[in-house]
Amino acid sequence: MEILVCIKGVPDLEENEIEIKSDGTDIVRDDLVYSINEWDNYAVEEAISITEDKGGSVTVVTVESDEEKADEVLRREMAMGSQQGILVTDAAYGKGIASVLKAVSEKGSYDLILTGAQADGGEAQVGGMLAAMLDRPYASLVNMIEVIDDGKLKIGREIEGGDQEVSEIDLPCVLSIQTGINEPRYVSLRGIRKVSSVEIPEYRASDLGLSADEIGIDASKVKRVDYFVPDLGEGAEMIEGSMEEKVNKVIELLKSKGGMS
Amino acid sequence: MTPIAGPASYKLFGFIPTIIFSQLIPIIGVALFGYIIWKRFAPLLKAAPDNRFENIPERIKNLFNIWLAQSRQPRYMLAGVLHIIIFFGFLVLSIRSTSLVVIGFADGFVLPGLGGVLGDIYNFSKDYAATAVFFACLVAAVRRGVFKPARYAVPEKYGHDHTSEAVFVLALIMTLMLSESLFEAAAHAGGEGGFLPPLSLVWIFAAMLHNASPGTLQGLHIFSYFIHDLTFFFFLCFLPLGKHFHVITSIFNVFFMRITRGNIKPVKHGISDEALDDLDSFGVKKLEDFTWKHLLDFYTCADCGRCSDQCPANAVGRPLSPRFISIKGRDFIFKNYPLRGESNPDQPVMGTIYENDEIWSCTTCGACEQECPLGIEYIDKIVDLRRGLVDEGEVPQTLQKPLKALEKRGNPWGKMEKKRADWAIKDEAFKAECEVKVLEKGVEAETLYFVDSISSYDERMNSIARSTAKILKAAGVDFGILGKQEKDSGNEVLRFGEEFLYQDLKTQNIDAIVESGVKEIVTADPHALNALKNDYKLDLPVKHISQVISREIAYNKVQLKPVEDSEKIYTYHDPCYLGRHNGIYDNPREAIDAIPGLKRVEMDKHGDRSFCCGGGGLMLFYEPEEEVRMGVLRVKMAHDAGANVIITACPFCMVNIEDAIKVAGFEGEMEAIDFSELIANHIK
Repeated sequence: MEILVCIKGVPDLEENEIEIKSDGTDIVRDDLVYSINEWDNYAVEEAISITEDKGGSVTVVTVESDEEKADEVLRREMAMGSQQGILVTDAAYGKGIASVLKAVSEKGSYDLILTGAQADGGEAQVGGMLAAMLDRPYASLVNMIEVIDDGKLKIGREIEGGDQEVSEIDLPCVLSIQTGINEPRYVSLRGIRKVSSVEIPEYRASDLGLSADEIGIDASKVKRVDYFVPDLGEGAEMIEGSMEEKVNKVIELLKSKGGMS
Repeated sequence: MTPIAGPASYKLFGFIPTIIFSQLIPIIGVALFGYIIWKRFAPLLKAAPDNRFENIPERIKNLFNIWLAQSRQPRYMLAGVLHIIIFFGFLVLSIRSTSLVVIGFADGFVLPGLGGVLGDIYNFSKDYAATAVFFACLVAAVRRGVFKPARYAVPEKYGHDHTSEAVFVLALIMTLMLSESLFEAAAHAGGEGGFLPPLSLVWIFAAMLHNASPGTLQGLHIFSYFIHDLTFFFFLCFLPLGKHFHVITSIFNVFFMRITRGNIKPVKHGISDEALDDLDSFGVKKLEDFTWKHLLDFYTCADCGRCSDQCPANAVGRPLSPRFISIKGRDFIFKNYPLRGESNPDQPVMGTIYENDEIWSCTTCGACEQECPLGIEYIDKIVDLRRGLVDEGEVPQTLQKPLKALEKRGNPWGKMEKKRADWAIKDEAFKAECEVKVLEKGVEAETLYFVDSISSYDERMNSIARSTAKILKAAGVDFGILGKQEKDSGNEVLRFGEEFLYQDLKTQNIDAIVESGVKEIVTADPHALNALKNDYKLDLPVKHISQVISREIAYNKVQLKPVEDSEKIYTYHDPCYLGRHNGIYDNPREAIDAIPGLKRVEMDKHGDRSFCCGGGGLMLFYEPEEEVRMGVLRVKMAHDAGANVIITACPFCMVNIEDAIKVAGFEGEMEAIDFSELIANHIK
């Protein structure tokens, strides 16, 4: 099975302290380190396990204007076991990202396209948009995949209340992957070094027959207006102090409100 | 009276010369033994290289202490003394056994030099040696077979009980002792005469045979000779088939045992760090990826169970028992390199004999290696197996995030590099009391205080960093820190098998240290001490803060005020990476005892038998299967010793012990304090 996995480098909350820029247009990006989006990492692991089991290969693609950042996430996922990487070096926004991915997927012949359920933006739109543009069946938040045969998958989705929904879906299709679907393997520094000189084909949007105004910020149907930290609402209380003081205060509050005996 | 005929001249039924047997038995025995040893050699020849020929004087010293003088045996008093008796008995009796074989071809043979007085002395000693070995084996057999000490038990998952093999071998040895004595006693009673040492086995037998007929004596003489001969060669060939292989291999294993401490073996001996990129595979994945010394370790394990008895992971019910790392390894060699039939090389060890959780369970505390009377190593094997797992991507999920954070930010919590010195420069009250230089932009100092990640970033452990700085100030040391240039020392990164990440951290740290121009390094974190001292191999001296301050106290340059609460009973917990791995046991105790009025007790397990509190570095992130926390057991040990304050000298011990005091239900009753904190609080 030929699988395309769409991936993205994001500022990992584990390794960064996120602050909002004073003008409210973005987060402060100086001194940030980028990692593979967690959902995408699960998607890549799932794709690799499927091909290890059923044969075929995995291609990872990222759309990213910062080549260094893109190279790092691509190589990490290639060290994990993806055979090919594709880099599209353009800044794409909103629907533009899905447009680029559609064009990339049409350059190859993929039975299955995986995306992470969502990335740092939190919109969770790309998978659905891509499926619609490609006119392929789509399922979101997939937490289980079983290959039935060359033309069909059995998939599981977690639905409200923690219940599981199981469906069959025809190939080729697009799936957005939920975390927890598997246990992603570790990528060692040695693994990354081993793929450090593998050629990664690079495209510009124009190489894919797309113009800048189809993918750029102006093409996006949704515009970001503001970023802000919510004001302290009524009844909310910020607990200050050292970790120990905070913990003690929380325990005290829980006890006093009857939440803990 | 016709004298008793020896096996070289006796004729069975009057016409079969027994010399045929006394010649055939050794020939067959030696040939078979040679064949078995050759077969046992095969995997060693295919194993990974290992450099064990350096520092021969030190190796000879080990041979004298650990092999010949059996210095580690009395750590388990009864078993140790029994072993020493049997060991020395064997050494003495090896001469007698050799001459007995020759007596089979030549009646009355005496080894050159043992004809005169020397011979008398020898005979006197060997008769008592045989007697002592016999009774030691008897006691050992009763102990193994009847009393069954717990440490010999074989948990179900590791296969069948080993008692029968142990008792069988003891029976073989006793047979050797009895037959040798009977052989001589029969000749003596038959008129050979000579002095027999009173109350020795031979003396007892001779007394019993006093009235026996010449025919009986002749029969017993020949019978006991061949019982001895057969048992001797059977035993010889039986040795390499099980745990008694150590009788042959121990001398080599002790000679080749590790002579450095604290460090980890290179990925592959003979391959420089720069050439690591060219290796196809990392670590141990198949049996032959172990070094030849590590395979020799497997052969040598005597199954005595001391390692596992001391192992904290085993004590808390983690799926690791070092003894079975060896036993399973040995059985796997035996299975894949059989004495008969084709060998079956290149078999994977993970998933066949070892499980992932087993290999991740080790805290690398070193208690097993400290105890092993045969110089068997475990840490390097565990690290090599982890290198193999890391290479295959099989790292527990809980460890992946801290490893990635170490890669991105140089600390396992993913904290910002620029905040590494905040403990020193952001706390105004502390700054006013103790200015700490950050060695950048031309700021210089004599001494580098290497803080390491946990003391730099963890709010609780910041206090250890500040206390250490205060001690250095009081000692008049011109010191500074690296600030954001400092990365995690990588002590656990290396020990968790992520070699390239460790190399990366090491390179960045060495560059920063060299750049800073310091002349020596001090740290309060034993894990950092260990990595910098034993793994980085810097040209600079690296010291623990306890070494610095104990010297200052000894020279009276720093004075300590009386203990605040003289009612408290203190105990000192030896951190593994300070004690066992670096031999620093006395300095912290000297400094603590210099506090006037401080009452200190020792826990039962202290010094080189200290019990690991749960491990540091990445071990803090690992979630093992276990019944109880190591720290909880440790806190209970302190409680049993009558202490209510546990002094540690390691920030990771502090994490584990402070948590464990709460978990064990001793909150309010017991407390933990770091060595640096205690000393800083008491500086005049």
